[in-house]
Amino acid sequence: MSANAKESMADLVLSHPFFTGIDPTLVHAMISNAEVRTYEVGEMLVREGKPAEEFFLVFEGKVALEVGEADTHRITVETIGRGELLGWSWLVSPHRWRFDARASKPTKVVAINAAAARYALSSHPAFGFQFLMKLLPVVAERLENTRVQLLDIHGR
Amino acid sequence: MDADALPATSTSPPHSTGARHPYAPRPFVVLARTRETADTVTLRIAPRSSEHRIAFRGGQFNMVYAFGVGESAISISGDPAHSEELVHTVRAVGKVTNALATLSPGSVVGIRGPYGRGWPLDAARGRDVVIVAGGLGLPPLRPTLYEIFRNREAFGRVEIIYGARTPKDLVFYDEVQTWRHRTDLRLQTTVDVAGRDWYGDVGVVTTRIPDSRFDPPNTTAFLCGPEIMMKLTAQALAQRGVPTDAIWLSMERNMKCALGFCGHCQYGPSFVCRDGPVLPYRALAPFLAVKEV
Repeated sequence: MSANAKESMADLVLSHPFFTGIDPTLVHAMISNAEVRTYEVGEMLVREGKPAEEFFLVFEGKVALEVGEADTHRITVETIGRGELLGWSWLVSPHRWRFDARASKPTKVVAINAAAARYALSSHPAFGFQFLMKLLPVVAERLENTRVQLLDIHGR
Repeated sequence: MDADALPATSTSPPHSTGARHPYAPRPFVVLARTRETADTVTLRIAPRSSEHRIAFRGGQFNMVYAFGVGESAISISGDPAHSEELVHTVRAVGKVTNALATLSPGSVVGIRGPYGRGWPLDAARGRDVVIVAGGLGLPPLRPTLYEIFRNREAFGRVEIIYGARTPKDLVFYDEVQTWRHRTDLRLQTTVDVAGRDWYGDVGVVTTRIPDSRFDPPNTTAFLCGPEIMMKLTAQALAQRGVPTDAIWLSMERNMKCALGFCGHCQYGPSFVCRDGPVLPYRALAPFLAVKEV
């Protein structure tokens, strides 16, 4: 990635709500292999069981997270939209996706390489702490939402 | 009403319904029955006599009598501007509602009402309005939506969040889709779980609050749905800065007399049938935290 391309990618990543407040100089360490991707409706971003080699910042569109047994019996349990982060399996051993992610609207993301990100996090502990402190509320909120879903409030 | 406290029950006389005995239902004829979901239908009914025409406000309810079976409190889901007929959306969950849900055009039902306090729409004038409905929470809000649509310039931004268990549980589906095309409101629909044929949001309604566009201090919110949904949504709105006395919930309790006599629907110091069903979150919050109130 050229210096200009890297600078432009850093600006894009820093414009994403997840990266608000994160030290810009440290972002550069994480985005060496980052790329902008677009997905049409129905295209898969990740597949359950496959290596989690990247994570995604959603800039446009909507991504459905699907679970289930067979390909024909997948159910959507959550949708991730603009301004949200998709995926933390790349941080959790054994680094394999725990769900399918499929574009349910035309979607634009920045895909950030997991190996580069893990290296950046471990090489810059301050950055790593800052990053995890941003990620933890996302994980906590989704856990809480899942708990409410389990209540099956509409089924009562 | 003082929004700081739930209204206490009183010994004042019940709503007058003219010279009629307060428990006497008026005969209404079923004009049409529309299936909404697997267990829910919408009935359009009209009075047998024009003198029995009923004027109502959004959020009020009627006691609907299936002759020979019993009565059930059902919110009114039609347009208040068309008092020549009433619309009731009924989910078949018990003996009475099962009987109502199987009525065909030409059948006669008994109607008492309207009862209760509706949505305080005047308090929302000049402000942004957030409407959050869960499942069968949409029908009680629908009359008020019609009034907002008719007087759209009187309100700021209008944000509607409608959630259900699955896409098949969304009522008034075709009508809701027409709202999506309106440029003077924003509609978000979400379901708890879906298949690949659903292209909307998946997640509980509270997940849509952060993405909603309104000015919190200048917002009035109307919430109707399962109690836990309303509680969590009210908390999320309050956390975002919506004043707790500007968040209104429609409570559901077991109503029998609907006149504030029998006490079946008592909720803390108030009777939901007479003092509600629409009540301010500020007054409800302490009771929502208590089990089995």
